[in-house]
Amino acid sequence: MNAQEIIRSIEAEQMKTQLPVLHIGDTVKVNVRIREGGKERIQAFEGTIISMARAGINRTVTVRRIFQGIGVERVFLVHSPRIESMTVTRLGKVRRAKLYYLRDRIGKATRVKQKITRRAN
Amino acid sequence: MSLGILGRKLGMTQIFDEEGRAIPVTVVEAGPCSVTQVKSEATDGYTAVQLGFGTAREKVLTRPEVGHCKKAGLEAPVRHLREFRLPDSSQYTPGQQITVDLFAAGQLVDVVGTSIGKGFAGGQKRHHFGRGPMAHGSKNHRAPGSIGAGTTPGRVFPGKRMPGRMGNERVTVRKLTVVRVIPERNVILIQGGLPGVEDGLLMISPAKSVGRAKG
Repeated sequence: MNAQEIIRSIEAEQMKTQLPVLHIGDTVKVNVRIREGGKERIQAFEGTIISMARAGINRTVTVRRIFQGIGVERVFLVHSPRIESMTVTRLGKVRRAKLYYLRDRIGKATRVKQKITRRAN
Repeated sequence: MSLGILGRKLGMTQIFDEEGRAIPVTVVEAGPCSVTQVKSEATDGYTAVQLGFGTAREKVLTRPEVGHCKKAGLEAPVRHLREFRLPDSSQYTPGQQITVDLFAAGQLVDVVGTSIGKGFAGGQKRHHFGRGPMAHGSKNHRAPGSIGAGTTPGRVFPGKRMPGRMGNERVTVRKLTVVRVIPERNVILIQGGLPGVEDGLLMISPAKSVGRAKG
């Protein structure tokens, strides 16, 4: 085995196999495991995917939502065991790979058009 | 120093620990190494164990090197030979195999490698000098500046930091944590970055405690 194959096989042990197909502009609900005072609970974070970066075990998604009038962005390591699950709640129709323009918009302008046709999922 | 192992840097990745933290690791293919020579006080004046790692065609080695491998009773000649100095080398015999089982997860190790060569590098890169202004008429961008006083002393002091060859030298990184050992694939995962290019030779040994013991 060459170097890359060995590294990939080590990564493969920790990669999740049951991941939803994610696209830029989709609204996702991310269930995050949070440890508070020795106890573990699950917190949901729902928002629009504005960026996806890297590949393999390093894959991250940036999810943006407006919370109490303030924009909040969280970057999630998709394959992290701290991410309990991810579900796509709404498909977005966008023409860009990074939706950073949403940061400059407020109110109704932050909406992403919904994709009506169903993707092969 | 205690006996270590020779390895080949494969590359970096990250793995998750039991708390879900992403740990950056370097993947090293370490061993199996064979003992090629045992040096003793009586014959060599010091005690050490020489390890061989990797395989090479006889054609690429010199005849003394091939003969040295034959003498140790190896079936194939080895590419790399490195020595580990030990307080006592009598428990090792030529031909003995050393594998990654030497290490366990959580152990601290020292890693020696050859850093990536940077070629002829200037003061900013090589010694972290500051630079001059880039604009407003300045022409003193990345120049080294003054290298000493004038007529007295009338010379540049030895050791003055100046531009020159950088990298491609022996580097030791101390006290790195072993994250995981995979004996069936001869692979060891070490937290953090290691010196040198991918495919480069590394010497991994249990961390050496320096200075006076605590308590």
